[in-house]
Amino acid sequence: MAERRIIDARGSFCPGPLMELIAGMKMASVGDELEVLSSDKGSASDVPEWIKKVGHELLGTREENGVWHIVVKKAK
Amino acid sequence: MRILIIGGGMGGTILANNLARRLTAELKSGKARITMLSASDKHMYQPGLLYLAVGRITPDELYRDQASLLEPGIEFHVDPVTEFHLDKNEVLTHGGKTHAYDILVIATGSRMVPESIPGLAENCETFYTEETALKMFKRLRDFEGGRVVITVGVPHKCPMAPLEITFMLHDYFKDRGILDKVKLHYTYPIGRTHSLENVAKWATPEFDRLGITYETLFNMKEVDGKNKILKSEEGSEVPYDLLIAIPAHRGMEVIEKNGLGQNGWIPTHRHQLNMEGRTNVFVLGDTTNLPISKAGSTAHFEADTLGENIAAMVKMGTPVRDYDGKVFCFIEAGKDRATYAMFNYQNPPDPKAPTKAVHWFKMAYNKLYWVSARGLL
Repeated sequence: MAERRIIDARGSFCPGPLMELIAGMKMASVGDELEVLSSDKGSASDVPEWIKKVGHELLGTREENGVWHIVVKKAK
Repeated sequence: MRILIIGGGMGGTILANNLARRLTAELKSGKARITMLSASDKHMYQPGLLYLAVGRITPDELYRDQASLLEPGIEFHVDPVTEFHLDKNEVLTHGGKTHAYDILVIATGSRMVPESIPGLAENCETFYTEETALKMFKRLRDFEGGRVVITVGVPHKCPMAPLEITFMLHDYFKDRGILDKVKLHYTYPIGRTHSLENVAKWATPEFDRLGITYETLFNMKEVDGKNKILKSEEGSEVPYDLLIAIPAHRGMEVIEKNGLGQNGWIPTHRHQLNMEGRTNVFVLGDTTNLPISKAGSTAHFEADTLGENIAAMVKMGTPVRDYDGKVFCFIEAGKDRATYAMFNYQNPPDPKAPTKAVHWFKMAYNKLYWVSARGLL
């Protein structure tokens, strides 16, 4: 099993956590897990919205010390 | 101390000039040496491509001779790197030369890869090179009406380009008197019209006011050129008569071929700008993997920080400050109005309504850029 890829998008206003994830997905293989770190609370809804629409898998979301960790799996 | 800079774009050029000024005495005494390797003898002002695509400038206005922009004392060679041997602190060039270094700075930039989307390259117009921008302008001149779709890949350089080209196209067709025959449709990869929330808050009502339709959460998947349909990963299908693309980008091939970073994005420390795992290799501009705008201003501000740090390393053995994530981007909102976004890792941007004054500031900067490239502005 490949290591989980961390996408550290804390402090990223542009392109921002979701675009960093979309770019990261291109470099990942099907089945890979990616964890986005974001200092923007909007990510807790933006990321799952896109994941659902495009058909990847949301594995979990948690907040720790003002940082949101959103874990997803590339499904296709 | 041998300082080797790879890349003669905005970041590399500003850094080389910055260092040459800071290290005048050391260059004279031979304590330091600055060498730049580039793939071209010309320096292109890339933001000019936006204007070329709509016929507002001519190609010659994009370029200056690279050597004319460099401070005396900088050794400049048009001889691109083919191999990086970082463990041996040396690089090998196309011309067969080996350059050893004490400090290496990689500033090789990025390139569009329209071929990464099936059907895109042969069915779209774009403006990220002189050739494609000219081709796009000629296509625009021949266009008599129909549906113009703007589509955006991830990642791409110049984060404002999607909005700027859309507003420019609106004004171009209006000036030609055919705006009533054109339907502009904008697509964007995330759930709003721009990555910067405050910019999207301004842009979306502008689109509504100008009659530009839009679809968000749209990431291109393939183009059916025969039926003129653009398809998205999210399951959407958009018909077009003219497709304008800002394709996804990657770092330069040499970066990928040498295993320095997946897709050509080199893992870089966000404040110190060193390549992860290396204390004497620095990275700036588009080719970092930083979660930051791939913009000329990013390269400029990174170069300012690195210039100070590398000079301090030469003079007293240690860097002195951190890069704070600063970015400054003009946003052209048509042919005669503009605004700007300025931000860093800590502070989001808060762009104001576009004005003629900021547009004229951008027009002035299009010329003043050459002073920036020389490390003076």
